[in-house]
Amino acid sequence: MDKVLLTRWFWWLLLLPLIFIGTRVFQVVWYDPSALGPDPAQSLVDLFGTTALWFLCAVLFVTPLQALIRARWLLRQRRALGVACFGYALMHWLSYAGLLLEWQWQNLGQDLLNRPYIIVGFLAGLMLLVLAGTSNNVSVRALGRRWRILHRLVYPAALLVLIHMFWVARSDYTEVALYSAVVLLLLLHRWRHQTKSS
Amino acid sequence: MKAPVGSKLTERDVTPEAIYLNRRQYLKASAVGAAALMAPALKASEAAPSVDPAPLWLQSQNKQASSSPFSTTEKLTPYEYVTGYNNFYEFGTGKDDPEKKGQDFKPHPWQVTVSGLAEGTGTFDLEDLLKGLAVEERIYRLRCVEAWSMVIPWLGVPMAALLKRLKPLSSARYVAFETVYRPEEMPGQGSFFAAIDYPYVEGLRMDEAMHPLTLMATGVYGRSLPNQNGAPLRLVVPWKYGFKSIKSIRKITFTDRQPQTTWEKANAREYGFYANVNPAVDHPRWSQAEERRLPSTLFASNRVPTLPFNGYADAVAGLYQGMDLTKYY
Ligand code: HEM
Repeated sequence: MDKVLLTRWFWWLLLLPLIFIGTRVFQVVWYDPSALGPDPAQSLVDLFGTTALWFLCAVLFVTPLQALIRARWLLRQRRALGVACFGYALMHWLSYAGLLLEWQWQNLGQDLLNRPYIIVGFLAGLMLLVLAGTSNNVSVRALGRRWRILHRLVYPAALLVLIHMFWVARSDYTEVALYSAVVLLLLLHRWRHQTKSS
Repeated sequence: MKAPVGSKLTERDVTPEAIYLNRRQYLKASAVGAAALMAPALKASEAAPSVDPAPLWLQSQNKQASSSPFSTTEKLTPYEYVTGYNNFYEFGTGKDDPEKKGQDFKPHPWQVTVSGLAEGTGTFDLEDLLKGLAVEERIYRLRCVEAWSMVIPWLGVPMAALLKRLKPLSSARYVAFETVYRPEEMPGQGSFFAAIDYPYVEGLRMDEAMHPLTLMATGVYGRSLPNQNGAPLRLVVPWKYGFKSIKSIRKITFTDRQPQTTWEKANAREYGFYANVNPAVDHPRWSQAEERRLPSTLFASNRVPTLPFNGYADAVAGLYQGMDLTKYY
């Protein structure tokens, strides 16, 4: 397929969840307050959080998939996937801070003290911020070899997100277990790959 | 005092239909661009559907419900949300799982086994257990520990009336309840990664159970309980967090020792035996100072301060006189 076409198609893929969620928000605001259920703010937090997690898994999946199907264009899209992950995590955080917390920062202090899963999520979010901030050609060139080392931050970030989710779950761990299995398999693959090549 | 519930419900029925029709017209007018792409949206219907799958004896007992001075006059949470957004982990962890995955559950015929320190022990058909007890409509606030709340028109019999019929001995100081265990009908119960033990168990101190506010619910919104809300029989204790109000009750046991409860077993630091709604006792996951009264909207969250004992302090605070409620949370 045409390279440009592929890239375009790929960009739409990144935006698809945003279009889906955005449509719902549009519905809620304009004519159907029930489109996101009785607790739309909580729904948005969950939808954006889950989407960010999907993209995080997708980022980790690129290297093994690339090795398998030898699609170099995929490798070039990895940064876009990572930035999308950060974008959705940012929306997740904005929904939490703006819609659930309603910018009442005095409550945030209490939330942070009492609810460590928020600190863990926040740390993961900061790592993603650093990664997204250096996902441009200027940074890649400026950092050189250190760029690759820096971007290994994605692994601790993924682990923190899993802890974050584990802490949120309270009656059943099936979902966390599934995501953990996926992430751990990808980490394992990465680690074996690394030890072989270095 | 006998105001048939049905008349009230038709009143609620009329308004929403008008709103619904308006929305339809609006939809037609704006069916352009993005709107055309969208999946058909659910409209929150406010009243219960007219079909009630419960056996006739239960339907008719529920239909004769009288209103109660204990009811609040606050705005009701629409039927669709009361029955489509709740926690019933036996059916899954999502808020819509109970409705989606609860439809294979068979609440009839139903039996309740009564055991322990009472004269009236044995296994009873639900019909016999409830026979002759007057059903009331009780509109109560329900406060979930997750910091959201609803206003729900329950139908049910005062727990005291039911328990008296079972003749507890004077040595009975607590009453324990157990949910039915049917992993083949309740997918959550069979989950390999479940973080709580099934069957779900709960308990009350005898004086709490006998308190006039405590209800054994048999219906909601003028009809018998849907599966997802704990058919055919569930507890409602309005001054405690929602998880105390155990659903689909299969066993009642009178004991002289404080029974263990499911959430206490799973995480004693977060969930206590009493679980009284208390804005002053924070929970490690959710601040309990305020609650979002559902339905909430996106940019105005309908946040209201949480009241001690969920606003029922005048009636129940006396039960806990002299107790340190930060210790017995
Ligand atoms: C930046 C700071 C963050 C904050 C303040 C935050 C806050 C939250 C909150 C309040 C919840 C909902 C808890 C509940 O349902 O009761 C949540 C759930 C979740 N978060 Fe975060 N989070 C953060 C970062 C992240 C990041 C970076 C990711 C992933 C890349 C993430 C993924 C998730 C997921 C997957 C859930 C579970 C959603 C569900 O229940 O369906 N979070 N987070």
